[in-house]
Amino acid sequence: MNTWRIIPLLLMDQEGLVKTKKFKDPVYIGDPLNTVRIFNNKFVDEIIILDISRSKQKQGPNIDLVARISPECFMPLAYGGGINSIDDAKRIFGLGVEKIVINNASRNNSKLINQVANYGGQQSLCISIDISGTLESGYYVFDYLTGKCLNIPLNNFVSSLESQGAGEILVTAVDKEGTFSGYDLDLVAYIRENSSLPIIVNGGAKNTDDFLAAIAKGADAVAAGSMFVFHGSRKSVLINYPSNRE
Amino acid sequence: MIIIADIGVGNTRSVKYMLDYLDIESEILNSSNNVSYRDSRHIILPGVGSFDSGVQCLDRSGWGSFLQNNQSDFNILGICLGMELLMGKSEEGLENGLGMIAGMCVKFDQDKVRVPNIGWRNVEITRKNNLLSEDKEYKFYFSHSYYIEPVDDSVIVGKTDYEISFPSIIQKGNIYGCQFHPERSHKFGMELLKNFAKS
Repeated sequence: MNTWRIIPLLLMDQEGLVKTKKFKDPVYIGDPLNTVRIFNNKFVDEIIILDISRSKQKQGPNIDLVARISPECFMPLAYGGGINSIDDAKRIFGLGVEKIVINNASRNNSKLINQVANYGGQQSLCISIDISGTLESGYYVFDYLTGKCLNIPLNNFVSSLESQGAGEILVTAVDKEGTFSGYDLDLVAYIRENSSLPIIVNGGAKNTDDFLAAIAKGADAVAAGSMFVFHGSRKSVLINYPSNRE
Repeated sequence: MIIIADIGVGNTRSVKYMLDYLDIESEILNSSNNVSYRDSRHIILPGVGSFDSGVQCLDRSGWGSFLQNNQSDFNILGICLGMELLMGKSEEGLENGLGMIAGMCVKFDQDKVRVPNIGWRNVEITRKNNLLSEDKEYKFYFSHSYYIEPVDDSVIVGKTDYEISFPSIIQKGNIYGCQFHPERSHKFGMELLKNFAKS
């Protein structure tokens, strides 16, 4: 059997699921509850839901969404979006979600990673890093709130995550997202060189060959958004997931 | 009726959601004071977090001493950290576990495997038990850095390979433990919880 996971990654913006391309131009996909139900029925390995509007609106986590979705999920569910404090994290854990994802707060709240790891254990915390650039031009941490690249030494940041208590890294290639042009395999290798934590790669997947290529470069799990919600050249919405993965 | 022990850190809610789906009555209790012997003979101890904080939560909630003192009257299922807390000690911390299963908890060797162990793994049933069948193949979701080493091998009823072979499910009489998360393992977890409810 596959020891690596295939993970639908769903983005929430206000009340609906959206899909972006290179982190821009959100397209409405549908209701999150229905989508989660469909994935639940397909026995997906795991689901990640990220609410990209919460931090932008200076709101905390989307408690309402999590409270509605959690009872529908009998596979692992990770939530991110607006988690800025240990209290935010505890509220999400209390709703039956055992893994949280933090992005901004991992950079601007230096104690949070440690606090969450102490509370929920290392495996309860996934750090999401959005990365812009290429191996040749250089990789930069991208701040989705401002739309700007940050002047943070990426290798130091990545290698420090484990000692801070993180259990997993979700890395998204901004320039590949929604493009169906394959994962940034150099980026996978780069992150792998700088951390021994489990890595979930995201951004650009179009088919299972892309998955295999990313796993070969050292990823432990592959995530995809567009690939699982769109179908065909016209990108009509169709929730799908590979079957017969053995 | 199944009691889900809420020791303050754990995945009680998702266990309840799965039991609700299965139409198995359950109640989350954050204190052992309210346990009514008449209504229930099953207790599930979920666990998420670190060993020491789990032990401290067991003490604070009263569940620790309740489980130790009443272990022959209940069918008890420890999940993940919940199972680790049934053991004597853990490399993860300094506190003593409940000692209901002799042995300790050991960390995976990071030089040999990716730690934490997160993902779906095969569980091979090696001994007849009340929860899962020896004739079927199972996959469950794991999310942990420590595994148990029971002193008495005969409590091990299922194993999983992760570079090494470690006990993924145990049964000692009416005390059960699983390293994986049945509440996150859809149909496989449902089978286990249904069988636990019938045990």
